Amino acid sequence: MVAQNVVFGIIAAAMIVAAVKVVTTPNVVRAVLYLVVVLAGAAAQYILLAAEFVFAVQVLVYIGAIVILFLFGTMLTRAPIGRASDLDNDQRWLGAVVGLFLLGILVAVLWDAFGDRHIHFGAVQRTSDVGNAIFGPYLIPFEVVSVLLLAALVGSVALARRD
Amino acid sequence: MILNQFLFLSAVLFCIGVYGVLARRNGVLVLASIELMLTAVNINFIAFGAFNHNVAGQVFALFVITIAAAEVGVGLAIVILIFRNRASIALDEVDLMKG
Repeated sequence: MVAQNVVFGIIAAAMIVAAVKVVTTPNVVRAVLYLVVVLAGAAAQYILLAAEFVFAVQVLVYIGAIVILFLFGTMLTRAPIGRASDLDNDQRWLGAVVGLFLLGILVAVLWDAFGDRHIHFGAVQRTSDVGNAIFGPYLIPFEVVSVLLLAALVGSVALARRD
Repeated sequence: MILNQFLFLSAVLFCIGVYGVLARRNGVLVLASIELMLTAVNINFIAFGAFNHNVAGQVFALFVITIAAAEVGVGLAIVILIFRNRASIALDEVDLMKG
């Protein structure tokens, strides 16, 4: 348990530093690459929580596909490759106040609700259990999500097409 | 491991994402901040799934990942359309509907 907590601390610190860099760095491409660090750290946390299938999907879909979409987005909008001074607006301090306020409320509520209750890992939830759940009780949400993906595909092609 | 260490991590990530949405004016970076918030939600789902010994947490995390992919696709298409029409993706200049 101690080793897991040490690993959690290292990964969490890396994720928080990288997340702060995502929202503060004056360089668009670097912000996207810091996002990769956050997403990979989240994948490592899924392994710590024994969710191996979600780990694989996180690496494949988020790091493999969504980050590439972001990099294409920066290229197609001719983002400045070097430093840019106009990435932030002038309500930065207001955003910081809102973020810190929300964080304070969340931490207080979470500590009040769950305190130091431990996670007891019982039987491992294997990939076959996830599959049985998706194609059993959650079949209708699964079908709705596939229709949503089709709609998003058609919609983004219709939006980005030149005519 | 206690449950709250994961919940606090995801709360911190979510609040950083909120700050990014409010403070960034580049459209692509606003979408990246939204991804930070969705990742925080996913960590919560997985942590509660492990806490309650329930596989529904993982199932809904997979649904969130799918919807995040769809959202980024449509969002980047909109950003590219804005760039094509105005040669800029500064979101505070998109104020055509302001009264």
